[in-house]
Amino acid sequence: MKRVVITGAGTINALGHDVPSTLAAMRAGVCGIGALELRDVERLSIQIGGQVRGFEAEGRYNRQQMSLYDRFTQFTLAAAKEAIDQSGLTFSGELAAKSGVVLGTAGGGVSTWDDNYRSVYEDGKNRVHPFVVPKLMNNAAASHVSMEHNLKGPSFTVSTACASSNHAMAQAFSMVRSGMAPAMVTGGSESMLCFGGVKAWEGLRVMSRDACRPFSANRNGMVQGEGAGVFVFEEFEHARARGADILCEIAGFAMSSDASDIVMPSKNGASRAMSGALADAGINRDEVGYINAHGTGTAANDKTECAAVADVFGPHADKLMISSTKSMHGHLIGGTGAVELLACIMALRDGVIAPTIGYEEPDPECALDVVPNEAREARIKVAISNAFAFGGMNAVLALRAT
Amino acid sequence: MSTQDKVIAIIAEQAVLDPSNVTMDSTLEDLGIDSLGLVESIFSIEEAFDISVPFNANDPKASDFDISTVASIVAGIERLQAEQS
Repeated sequence: MKRVVITGAGTINALGHDVPSTLAAMRAGVCGIGALELRDVERLSIQIGGQVRGFEAEGRYNRQQMSLYDRFTQFTLAAAKEAIDQSGLTFSGELAAKSGVVLGTAGGGVSTWDDNYRSVYEDGKNRVHPFVVPKLMNNAAASHVSMEHNLKGPSFTVSTACASSNHAMAQAFSMVRSGMAPAMVTGGSESMLCFGGVKAWEGLRVMSRDACRPFSANRNGMVQGEGAGVFVFEEFEHARARGADILCEIAGFAMSSDASDIVMPSKNGASRAMSGALADAGINRDEVGYINAHGTGTAANDKTECAAVADVFGPHADKLMISSTKSMHGHLIGGTGAVELLACIMALRDGVIAPTIGYEEPDPECALDVVPNEAREARIKVAISNAFAFGGMNAVLALRAT
Repeated sequence: MSTQDKVIAIIAEQAVLDPSNVTMDSTLEDLGIDSLGLVESIFSIEEAFDISVPFNANDPKASDFDISTVASIVAGIERLQAEQS
């Protein structure tokens, strides 16, 4: 089994258009959630979100590219470029032939579906642009990354709702660890902040109208975000041989399925994913210093997640730190685990634990150190990142400082 | 704008060329328009002239709509406009 390290990171989300600005915002506890700016917003009952602002696709991509890139693909390409540039890798020859792209997304080109349904249903048009299908397909982003960066190995898209990115990164990790690929580009993206995307979420009645306050007794739901997070996972010896800057090591992962309910989370499923990741990584539970929580800010998730952490970690649960950065960037659904992995990297590399902002009242059912409202300096060696999806599909990654 | 000028404008935009570089004798192949670009051009023509072009990308030569040159496209549009008006 090979060791796997991260040698490049890229992102775009409501907190920033790149990794340095995003980490600076997390460190400062900035809230990227605000009033949604989108067509027909007045017909929505939920009017807030973690929208990416000031991202002009025009100028960044040419006309032909624009006709093929949904917003989720635009985000992905921007994040992938940042990650690959940072890694210093150029994909050619054998490296290109074996390296691929595994990305997560829950909805793919949601705004392309939305715009074109509007056109044929509302506007009564009988003709749509010929690229609607290649633009909206869930693998469009992974395909364009492979084309842009000459990645010719195994590439595909994983879709497991809110755990999509973590499942994708677990796959990419497995491929590098097994020796199948020397490097993989992985992460995820989402862009559902359009009328139809938000309207669909409204239906579930789990969305907050004012703020995302994970673990706080007065929490009242989740807030959607958008954006992408992309990483270069590289075999350790390959990275060391070329003198690459190593951000951290991915030590292990686990996936589990609740096999119980299509929306309600399960303590058992979450516990098995966390304990499985520690076992896979060969990490003792008392080594874990930080958990990046799934922490959606819904009544059900946060208490279930805290109970699962208490089960897995026993007395050590009171010593570790756990925070939810969704309070700042919103819930990026299929891209969320990827953006949240940045908080784990910051914890391991910079010794800064991102806070859970919006925390107002302790909840006895979430009685853990949730790093309320302000970032904290702490030296930790191991972090884990949780993602628990609708459909009961869970994926947890374990990371180690290098 | 005449049918010819509109077609030249559409083809030139697709080929990322100045309209002055597109002539009636130009073939789409000469102009570097690939199969995806061809399908997008047909869409733009349908939108610009409010017509429906019988075109199947599986077998472009099988349809009545002759796409071999700019001139044949213009002729095809004029025929379809007469038929579909």
